[in-house]
Amino acid sequence: MEPVAKSSRSRSDAANELRLVARIRSGEPQAMSELYDRYSKIVYGVALRVLQDAAAAEDVLQDVFLQLWRNPDAFDASRGSLAAWLAVITRHRSIDRLRQRRPETDIEECVITSGPDLRDETERALMVEKVRGALADMNPDQRAALELAFFEGLTHSEIAEKTGEPLGTIKTRIRTGLQQLRAKFA
Amino acid sequence: MMRTHEQFADDLALYALGELAGSDRQELEEHLHTCAGCRRELQELRGDLGMLGLSSFGPQPPARAKERLMRAIAAEPTRVSSAAPELPKRSLWWAWAAAFAALVLFFVAVGAWRSNRRINDQLAELTNRNQDQAIQLDRLHEELRLLTSPDAVHVSLNPMKAPRQPSGTAIFSPSQKRMIFMASNLPPVPEGKAYELWIIPMQGAPMPAGIFKPDEHGNAMMMDHPMPEGVIAKAFAITVERAEGSDKPTSPIMLMGEVTAGG
Repeated sequence: MEPVAKSSRSRSDAANELRLVARIRSGEPQAMSELYDRYSKIVYGVALRVLQDAAAAEDVLQDVFLQLWRNPDAFDASRGSLAAWLAVITRHRSIDRLRQRRPETDIEECVITSGPDLRDETERALMVEKVRGALADMNPDQRAALELAFFEGLTHSEIAEKTGEPLGTIKTRIRTGLQQLRAKFA
Repeated sequence: MMRTHEQFADDLALYALGELAGSDRQELEEHLHTCAGCRRELQELRGDLGMLGLSSFGPQPPARAKERLMRAIAAEPTRVSSAAPELPKRSLWWAWAAAFAALVLFFVAVGAWRSNRRINDQLAELTNRNQDQAIQLDRLHEELRLLTSPDAVHVSLNPMKAPRQPSGTAIFSPSQKRMIFMASNLPPVPEGKAYELWIIPMQGAPMPAGIFKPDEHGNAMMMDHPMPEGVIAKAFAITVERAEGSDKPTSPIMLMGEVTAGG
């Protein structure tokens, strides 16, 4: 029996992130500065990819970190990685901005399980390469469906229209594409 | 027509993307209230989306972005520093689930006491009491994942040469107003039908307590189910009802268990 699943985060990783979030919760700006240094490239990278505009991406970066400062309890540090949570929140906020709509996802409702541990620069670089490699290995249609949905914010109907594929095929491609990504890191 | 558990799978990914709308969204949200498995899968899918987001990691944002953020933080109202940080509200549900998971694990005897000892060792190493609690929840959550994993194998031990009989176990806590229910060796239900669990109170008519369908091996589980407040349960029973559930039992009781004085 494998004692600890490879994908699950170790207790010390969780404790490390918990401490950082606890310091933010108690209003320590230095903790926010450390957290920004650790994760701003993830937030900015996602925002820039979605919005294709540096000024707009900076606004989203500001918005995401400020929301975490105002409401650190929205992130449940005992269960998921902050990197994954920030990436998802940033994507949602960027798509909202792209569509010029009010935020549709409450950050408190965005509960995440697992996700990569990216405490230091080496781990971050390795994980990013692994994710990019996994996407490159994916069937091109599947990767396209995932990227159109996540980075361009197209609905499954819009993707079906764009690719000429049936709606059901697109829905299944998105789900199985995400599960394939998960399997690569299990 | 009510959809089956499997039919929600694709919609979960769209929901995680925030792209599910209308009646599909409403139906899935209702299903999520009663299905711990789908709630867990939704969280996993969000983790997968987070991984996908990592593919666009970098570049370094301009230095002015951090200065702007730190200025904005300095201008925010000062937060009163709490002596002992509380667990996030969001953890509360998992606190229930984790507590119930521990109960279930005890029932199925998969070594919860052994893991509890390990948890205790970890607790001793940590300085912050609240951090300890969160990590313990993390561990129990992992155990809950095992219990509700789609590929989890349930093995029932029975007397040799005896036919396998349907059986069910309800575990509830009046103070926590929550219950879980597990059943095994249930025959499949006909199309358009489902099993319904009933609470038979000390006084009054049976009360519906959830509908479920067994998997292909005849196993079924309802996790984190609410118990009606103020009801003293005398017994639990299951009957076969229409798939959307009934207000009162309409078929003979298939399984029944009385609440004994010891619980």
